[in-house]
Amino acid sequence: MTQPIRLGRDTAVALLRQMIRIRRFEEKCAEAYSAGKIRGFLHLYIGEEAVASGVMPALRADDAVVATYREHGHALARGLSAESIMAEMYGKREGCSLGRGGSMHLFDASHRFYGGNAIVAGGLPVAVGLGLADKMLARDRVTACFFGEGAVAEGEFHESMNLAELWKLPVLFLCENNFYAMGTALERSESDTDLAAKAASYNMAAASVDGMDVEAVYFAAREAVDTIRRLSVPYFLEVQTYRFRAHSMFDPELYRSKAEVEKWRKHCPIEGFARRMRAAGLLGDAEVAGLEAEVAQEIARAVTFAEAGTLEPVEDLEKHVYGRAPGAPPAGRQEQGERLW
Amino acid sequence: MKTTYRECVRQALREAIQRDPRVFLMGEDVGRYGGSYACSKGLLEEFGEERIRDTPLSEAAFVGAGIGAAMGGLRPIVEVMTVNFSLLALDQILNNAATLRHMSGGQVEIPLVIRMATGGGRQLAAQHSHSLECFYAHIPGLRVVAPGTLEDARGMLWSALEDPDPVIIFEHALLYNLEGELPDDAGATDIDRAKVRRPGRELTLITYGGSLVKCLQAAEALAKDGIEAEVLDLRALRPLDSEAIRASVAKTRRALIVDEGWKSVGLSAEIMARILEDAFYELDAPPRRLCTREVPIPYARHLEDAAIPQVAGIVRAAKELMGRA
Repeated sequence: MTQPIRLGRDTAVALLRQMIRIRRFEEKCAEAYSAGKIRGFLHLYIGEEAVASGVMPALRADDAVVATYREHGHALARGLSAESIMAEMYGKREGCSLGRGGSMHLFDASHRFYGGNAIVAGGLPVAVGLGLADKMLARDRVTACFFGEGAVAEGEFHESMNLAELWKLPVLFLCENNFYAMGTALERSESDTDLAAKAASYNMAAASVDGMDVEAVYFAAREAVDTIRRLSVPYFLEVQTYRFRAHSMFDPELYRSKAEVEKWRKHCPIEGFARRMRAAGLLGDAEVAGLEAEVAQEIARAVTFAEAGTLEPVEDLEKHVYGRAPGAPPAGRQEQGERLW
Repeated sequence: MKTTYRECVRQALREAIQRDPRVFLMGEDVGRYGGSYACSKGLLEEFGEERIRDTPLSEAAFVGAGIGAAMGGLRPIVEVMTVNFSLLALDQILNNAATLRHMSGGQVEIPLVIRMATGGGRQLAAQHSHSLECFYAHIPGLRVVAPGTLEDARGMLWSALEDPDPVIIFEHALLYNLEGELPDDAGATDIDRAKVRRPGRELTLITYGGSLVKCLQAAEALAKDGIEAEVLDLRALRPLDSEAIRASVAKTRRALIVDEGWKSVGLSAEIMARILEDAFYELDAPPRRLCTREVPIPYARHLEDAAIPQVAGIVRAAKELMGRA
């Protein structure tokens, strides 16, 4: 029996649209990569769309997001344009990071989107610091920090969890457990695979949710963010999910069976939610086709934008390393007051 | 006013926290312990726990938190107890503090100050005696300074706080007890320029941090033997003041670099490279360097003294450079 949908129609359609948008964007990236337009590393979010799609609506515009190198979906859901992301991956200066970052380093300060980090667990201390600033400046803001379950093995995870709870910082530690850290399965690397129990050992509020169910993610994220705002505490939310494709475009997937992947594909978050929406009478084939067509147009525009993009002049190579270039005169007394970040 | 290097650091911290509500200090034992070198003694009582934050022993987390707090609009001063422990935070310093601005195409600003004690000479053995300034001076995106005088201990912090980029301040542990005179109203000093601390004509001693005092003492001894040595205090290790190095060497035509880091692949090698690039035709002799010997710092006093550059060794090396050994 299909589970009924608790969300209103508009919200449900928006979530479905976001997931489809991310899926098609990622498929286009894979195409562009194979054609040599995108280079370096490319980590696709296919299968995991419900996580970013379900969490972002719980955040406000002035909250902050810290993510990983598998962050295209997060960037899209947070509001970065498909154009700016695609252009970034094409290395063009119209990209969100001027073409300086690439796929793993998407940044957009105007959306308080701070990467795009390629060091596993490297974003967690930064998220703690963003939360610290919000608390010290008495701002009602949350910092959502996304990371994979592989990060849970790193020292920086443990230090960050402890510090956030000790100082009661408004940080959402969002663990996307897709059960593989590149090629290493969780049960081969963690003595205790109960991730929420690790949060409990730091006295931190925690929950675990099925990441293939966008509605469940939506409500769990809202509960988490409400708790953070209400009680001024951090929160650990484990979201169990699965990536249908390889770790990156280079990965031959020797470490997991095709049967396992097929099993998880049956839980595709997009097909699953669309099925439930149809059963609830919220959606018909025409609407789905309409969504797909809109998304296809948006992505086609993004590719056109990226193709037409320009390159930073090589003469500018040493820019953006310092705010005050070596040899430049010292800053005068700067104005006191809150920065926009 | 008679004062010490330690007291200068303390006053610089006090003044910064008083002047700017965004400034706060965090690190291990900076609060209730008063700072492991007593640099923050009394500050917790004066300013409270919000502004003087004792952290757990989590270098990566609290340095990274400093990065995030700076991004979030504050002006953190992160104290890493010594450079030896900073290696635990090297990922955050290199991959985040130095790099987020560039990776984001200029969108992220990290006005962070990190203070670290550095250096050997107190029989604390290998893991507590490193001089790793060169590790940080290697990294684009960071500024690195070494206050070697009371004036700079007092003055560099404010300039570092005003700078939009991450600044690492190295305080040599043997300098904290250094005594001297400093006006009460001593103000900010820049974090860009090298300074000639003792003018001379026949060779330039190029140095920084804890070796500055030794070079000044060596210059006194050399003067008694009729050798007038110029002492150039680098002050800024990244970016290096190449022009000051060039100008001094062009004047004296001989250079001896004194660096407490290990010689191989260190700061002294960088300075030599710049001398050769910028002042090759001014030289009367190949530049030389006196560095810590290629050994982890030993505990036994006589071995530690032999490993680290000392006044007698500087005098000897200078005389060799002058052909008067």
